[in-house]
Amino acid sequence: MANKEKLVVVGNGMAGMRTVEELLQIAPDKFDITVFGSEPYGNYNRILLSPVLAGEKTINDIMLNDVQWYTDNHITLHTGETVTEIDRKNCIVKTDKGTSARYDRLLIATGSNPFIIPIPGHDLPGVITFRDIHDVDLMLEAAQTKKHAVVIGGGLLGLEAANGLMKQGMSVTVVHLMDWLMERQMDEVSGAMLKKSLSEKGMQFMLRASTKEVVGKGKVEGVKFADGTTLAADIVVMAVGIRPNIDLAKKIGLHCERGIVVNDTMQTYDPKIYSVGECVQHRGQTYGLVAPLFEMAKVCANHLAAYGIGMYRGSVTSTKLKVTGIDLFSAGNFTGDEHSEDIVVRDAGRGIYKKVVLKDGRIIGSVLYGDTVDGAWYFQLMREQTNVTDIRDKLMFGQAHLGDSGHGGNVVANMSDATEICGCNGVCKGTIVNAITSKGLFTLEDVRLHTKASSSCGSCTGLVEQILETVLGGDYSAPEAKPMCGCTEHTHEVVREAIRKQKLTSIPAVMSALKWKNADGCSSCRPALNYYLLSTWPKEVSDDPQSRFINERAHANIQKDGTYSVIPRMWGGMTTPNELRAIADVADEYKLETVHVTGGQRIGLYGIKKQELPDVWKKLNDRGLVSGHAYGKALRTVKTCVGKEWCRFGTQDSTAIGIKLEQLTWGSWMPHKFKMAASGCPRNCAEATIKDFGVVCVDSGYELHVGGNGGIKVRATDLLCKVETEAEVLEYAAAFIQLYREEARYLDRTAPWIERVGLSYVKENVVDNAEKRKQLAERFKISQQENETQDDPWLMRSTEGRDQDQFKPLKVIA
Amino acid sequence: MSSWIEVGQIKDIPPLGARVVQTGQGDIAIFRNSQNEIFALRDKCPHKGGPLSQGIVSGKTVTCPLHNWKISLENGEAMGPDSGCSGVYAVKLEGEKIFLNLNK
Ligand code: SRM
Ligand SMILES: Cc1cc2nc3c(=O)[nH]c(=O)nc-3n(C[C@H](O)[C@H](O)[C@H](O)COP(=O)(O)OP(=O)(O)OC[C@H]3O[C@@H](n4cnc5c(N)ncnc54)[C@H](O)[C@@H]3O)c2cc1C
Ligand code: SF4
Ligand code: FES
Repeated sequence: MANKEKLVVVGNGMAGMRTVEELLQIAPDKFDITVFGSEPYGNYNRILLSPVLAGEKTINDIMLNDVQWYTDNHITLHTGETVTEIDRKNCIVKTDKGTSARYDRLLIATGSNPFIIPIPGHDLPGVITFRDIHDVDLMLEAAQTKKHAVVIGGGLLGLEAANGLMKQGMSVTVVHLMDWLMERQMDEVSGAMLKKSLSEKGMQFMLRASTKEVVGKGKVEGVKFADGTTLAADIVVMAVGIRPNIDLAKKIGLHCERGIVVNDTMQTYDPKIYSVGECVQHRGQTYGLVAPLFEMAKVCANHLAAYGIGMYRGSVTSTKLKVTGIDLFSAGNFTGDEHSEDIVVRDAGRGIYKKVVLKDGRIIGSVLYGDTVDGAWYFQLMREQTNVTDIRDKLMFGQAHLGDSGHGGNVVANMSDATEICGCNGVCKGTIVNAITSKGLFTLEDVRLHTKASSSCGSCTGLVEQILETVLGGDYSAPEAKPMCGCTEHTHEVVREAIRKQKLTSIPAVMSALKWKNADGCSSCRPALNYYLLSTWPKEVSDDPQSRFINERAHANIQKDGTYSVIPRMWGGMTTPNELRAIADVADEYKLETVHVTGGQRIGLYGIKKQELPDVWKKLNDRGLVSGHAYGKALRTVKTCVGKEWCRFGTQDSTAIGIKLEQLTWGSWMPHKFKMAASGCPRNCAEATIKDFGVVCVDSGYELHVGGNGGIKVRATDLLCKVETEAEVLEYAAAFIQLYREEARYLDRTAPWIERVGLSYVKENVVDNAEKRKQLAERFKISQQENETQDDPWLMRSTEGRDQDQFKPLKVIA
Repeated sequence: MSSWIEVGQIKDIPPLGARVVQTGQGDIAIFRNSQNEIFALRDKCPHKGGPLSQGIVSGKTVTCPLHNWKISLENGEAMGPDSGCSGVYAVKLEGEKIFLNLNK
């Protein structure tokens, strides 16, 4: 023991302690370690101060190494002591409390200091920074008694502070010098979307505002701007940036520029002294995020252990914002230059914006807002400088849609083992998978402990959960908590449950019982609620047309010029000369230019004006044709082949079974559209294995297939089971559909639904348990009889004169 | 000169719904929200001309049926990051009756 070398660490923060942890792993007996920290705590996760301020976590939750940890690892810890002097000749450090310690190696990890704009009043009581536990305590205390907070700085830190203070009940204004928020991570469009979402949460903003003075007598009373206006404030949070904390290093004559200058082994100009963290400057760069600091820590530990391998070569960083309910990702050069090109996807309705900047076929930057699932993937492509020319057309749909036909999994299933999942701690998918399988891990907490993935900022938690899900299959149940939409905190599941349990039977009732934030909801939740109500209480609930998307309200598909398409049902893909004549007559009479044989084995008529719809329907109805529901989240088509009737290979009457399936299920509203098919033999000409429910006839009966999808992402079906009679086919179909109707989220097709709940779950309910199957099928039949489900909606609106107003102008003014 | 034209009654439009008035200047969408307020916009989305009258109404906005832009019923402006404006017309309620002014 006596001949151990002495390592002294100045700074008890994230980078310093990560270095010590790494060192303990590779050379546990090499050093006697002494740590000095100004703050009176063990090492905590500074990143998570934001959730602490927002009341989502406690200080206990964010401790990384408590005092006991130091004892357990034989580390001497001096908290609440600041190192003020270092005698480099004799290798001794001294603190403000008079403690001293000798070192063979010294590690400086003093982090950075918040920058305070030196304006008049900056030192008034009530001006607070956002860096450590002390600051958070000050803010929490102020929020108890005070009302108005002004946060100066619309960057990551400022917005997280503002969000926290708002959650604590304060009214908060963010003052920002620039034209939009987080201008170093966001472009103008995504910055504006961010501002909108935060405004909806109640945050107030003053952009392009230059603060001139903090005013007040003896304490903060307001903020004065360059244009002469003032804003009242009880506290002012300065979050305008950080400066590497190099006071001590400078004092002892270490070479510093903006930070303490280190080489690729994290050594300073004094070979005995190493430095890591926000205080260093490496290859001209300083960093303010943990991912690079942890990379530094690894390299530094390696050299302290005298392994002499490992070089730090600088880092590419990405940013996420930790405000609950806001998904944002940004990396690299997202503004581009004259030689780069942008690919942009933007869906304001869903609040989604994605931009990827390409140069010479490679990603150089990206900004994602609202849907950040693919952030990790783009980041990896960017860091590895992968040429994306070949996948350019699919790039924006995300990794999940990348060319794997057949059985697709979730996003992570397609990731390579080298894909980095946790940006903060640099943990790849392979490492996590390995830890799960070799160490028998089951929970997120386990993975955090063993791999450190998801243990820092937490924004990769979703991906880690997906990996658990993929690796463990049915053994893992992810806590899913995405709210339905911005109008509520509740998930689809919670809402459905409430509708069932509390017997809610109208949209206003749901909204008031679950405290909806917007009185009328929005175009995303209202259709979902309408469906949940109808499918849960088919007898009690009446439909709300104003909560339906136009296609379902008008029973026709709106086209890009505002006209509509009409697609009558052709049962099982069968038609007759008489039906064809009826269609031809309508096409002639209304001079329709386009008559198209659809992908669903029927005929579409295009370019019909809304006013003409009832007339067109009447003419079709009169000749025996009814609505094909080509417009609905509903049963669509049942494709068939000719089967045993004609085909030399046919084993059963696939056409007849298709027609029977369609007669049983037409008119039924679903979470999303639902398609079926029946093929007469395994040659499968009706493509039954990419349908939501497919029947493949074989000599001995019928194979039933479920969960197929031929759309955006092709997924072949899973085999549900084999049955022997037609009656069974119909019963299983009804039961499967009803399970999907009752349990899937609105706008989930069967494919993603099955991937989430698992095929075995479906089998349990529909195959293994005859009683459950009968009940499901029975409930389906009941719902088909209620609410005019199987009354032709066209007939009701043409001949029977229902709902005429919507097809007529309110008035015609010449 | 008064140019208020009576175009119908409030009961002719369902709450959270819309109806169209056809005019020489093109279609005008008349909206009714859940507070029984009436609004009038040119029935053409600033994005690609989608018929706003066919969208879903909530609060004081309508979501265009074609690509989901959200348009303010009060001033016809696209909300959020999108920009563009669909013209607004003056409308008023007198008792049950809706009056539209094509000159304002
Ligand atoms: C009319 C038709 C194209 C045609 O002329 O052939 C068509 C037209 C549209 N399809 Fe389709 N799909 C048509 C067959 C298909 C098929 C083929 C099939 O059914 O066998 C598929 C792939 C099979 C599948 O769904 O698994 C298909 C996959 C999609 C998708 C992707 C769905 C997915 O889950 O990935 C969409 C987008 C969506 O639903 O969100 C879509 C959406 C649409 C919409 C509704 C787009 C829209 O919102 O306006 C188009 C409406 C045009 C209109 O007004 O008629 N259409 N669409 C076909 C109607 C069949 C019918 O008789 O009802
Ligand atoms: C609110 C907040 C949110 C953040 N969110 C994120 C995020 O989402 N993602 C991300 O990557 N990063 C985030 N960061 C940044 C991240 O926390 C820092 O990059 C990281 O903590 C820096 O580590 P460090 O060890 O260099 O410095 P620190 O963690 O600050 O540690 C330095 C320690 O040294 C002590 N010290 C200084 N001088 C002396 C001395 N002379 N003697 C003794 N002790 C001394 C200090 O008191 C301090 O405790 C956030 C930071 C804050 C404040
Ligand atoms: S493939 Fe695309 S363009 Fe063609 S009908 Fe389907 S949705 Fe429309
Ligand atoms: S036309 Fe209205 S959103 Fe595109």
